[in-house]
Amino acid sequence: MATTKTPVDNGVNVQALLGAREALREAPEGAQFQWRATCKWVYGTHSRTGIKRYFGLGQEQQHKTEFTFETDHPEIFASEDKGATPVELVLAGLAGCLTAGVAAVAQMRDIQLRSVSATLEAGMDIQGILGIDSDVRTGFDGIKVTYQIDADATPDEIEALVAQSQKRSAVYDIITNPTNVTVEVV
Amino acid sequence: MSRCLTDRSIDHVVLERGEVANSWKTERWDSLRLLTPNWQSRLPGFGYEGDDPDGFRTMPETIDFLERYAGVISAPVRTHTQVTSVRSRGEGYEIATSQGDWRSRTVVLASGACNIPLVPTVAEAVPRSVATLTPFSYRNPTQLEAGGVLVVGASATGTQIAEEIQRSGRPVTLAVGEHVRVPRVYRGRDIKWWMDAAGVLDERYDQVDDIVRARNVPSLQLAGSSERRTVDLNALTRIGVQLVGRLARLQNGKAQFSGSLRNHCALADLKMNRLLDRIDQWAAENGFDGKVDPPHRFEPTEVEASPPLGLDLARDGIRTILWATGFRPDTSWLHVPVFDRKGRVRHDGGVVEASGMYLMGLPFLRRRKSSLIDGAADDARDLSAHLASYLDHQTCRSPGATH
Repeated sequence: MATTKTPVDNGVNVQALLGAREALREAPEGAQFQWRATCKWVYGTHSRTGIKRYFGLGQEQQHKTEFTFETDHPEIFASEDKGATPVELVLAGLAGCLTAGVAAVAQMRDIQLRSVSATLEAGMDIQGILGIDSDVRTGFDGIKVTYQIDADATPDEIEALVAQSQKRSAVYDIITNPTNVTVEVV
Repeated sequence: MSRCLTDRSIDHVVLERGEVANSWKTERWDSLRLLTPNWQSRLPGFGYEGDDPDGFRTMPETIDFLERYAGVISAPVRTHTQVTSVRSRGEGYEIATSQGDWRSRTVVLASGACNIPLVPTVAEAVPRSVATLTPFSYRNPTQLEAGGVLVVGASATGTQIAEEIQRSGRPVTLAVGEHVRVPRVYRGRDIKWWMDAAGVLDERYDQVDDIVRARNVPSLQLAGSSERRTVDLNALTRIGVQLVGRLARLQNGKAQFSGSLRNHCALADLKMNRLLDRIDQWAAENGFDGKVDPPHRFEPTEVEASPPLGLDLARDGIRTILWATGFRPDTSWLHVPVFDRKGRVRHDGGVVEASGMYLMGLPFLRRRKSSLIDGAADDARDLSAHLASYLDHQTCRSPGATH
């Protein structure tokens, strides 16, 4: 059956990604990246984190501009609510990572996306952070991500996009698996 | 391969470290049966002639099958001849063995994909009080102390052993990472029958999108049993096995599991359904609808709302950990620079980069079925043809060569 079809465009340069994959398979040292953030305490629970430089492809790199993120606690915690809570930024990281993955996988699989939206919900018993009950975990007790996706694809193909995106997502990996964290004072 | 070389009148020997069917005799647990039905073990000119084509060979039956074949083809097998080194020498190879040295113009590496059980580095942190086993050291549940067992890995090996241990009364926790779910029987036929008939097993290595990935796909969650049971994660949950995510860390007697169980199960369910879609399409196109059971889909893998993320081995009564985390080939005796940076032999469909060297029996070597007994015939036919033309070419090029 001959059909004319407009080329799928989700704005992801798959050729560049595939090229990078091939190049880095041959030269794996270039694949060693380091991501960085710098943070300054402002006042109270309010801090400002800046993100500009990183290392990758064998050299120092930088974003086109410095991105800053305000974090604070809300007024019900007697704070001034000058920014999202840090845990909400974790959700932003997960959402951004998974959604970028959905777009990239869709492009790779020749699936045109029309709209993608996600809602993230994470439960937390704050008896943990307040030190009321040492049996309560301080972090999330779970994260639920709900996607609504409109695309030229069957429901199973859309499910597969979301599943594959989780499989390749760095933030998903960071959240679902333990990571050693070293904090030093210099 | 020996049979194909004999057919081409190519002088050769088969060097065997032990006896014919050695790994089947010494490296398999007691209850294991082949995962492919009897009819599917088709060696060149030699197949199944019994009255249970859909059954699954026990280990003694598998050993008998291979021994009879070796006899029928008069394979020039040198048993108890362990290869200790293979080196390039001139235009050929020098092979050192426990029974003297050989020179040859060509070498076929057919020592298999599963020589060494892989054990993750976290194994170093297992407390001394907990016993550890691999699929090679495991024989049957009576070996194990009473008490809980953590089985790490949910492919063919892990799921089969988890089932057997759970049924022995030892509660099993199964750590599940990426896996491939398939039903034993679909629409009244064995899944391997469908995969064979629909051409899935014949797919070639140069026709798939990403051969590196295809070669690393975990083994199908299959078991061979007289009842043709499906041993998937739902079946294991039903008999009381506790599913948890991939084992992520082991420290101070505590195991941590990944929070990715749900996605790993979703990926496997979707992948299974893509295979069943393909089978249904093939069945429709080839006139099977109406002759076999109608298409249907299986229940999604059931994952509890919050699977446990950790275990305290002592507190939770884990007495044994069984690593069902895969295998790798042993090529420690191969002293020819043919390895990639991950230590795998570089090859193009079994034709190794070093002239006159060939490889057999690895996952998706030339075809999806390359690691099955049933895959040997086609691969051996192709590779023996390549080998023969290599020898002809070499002879033409150096007319004075003696051999």
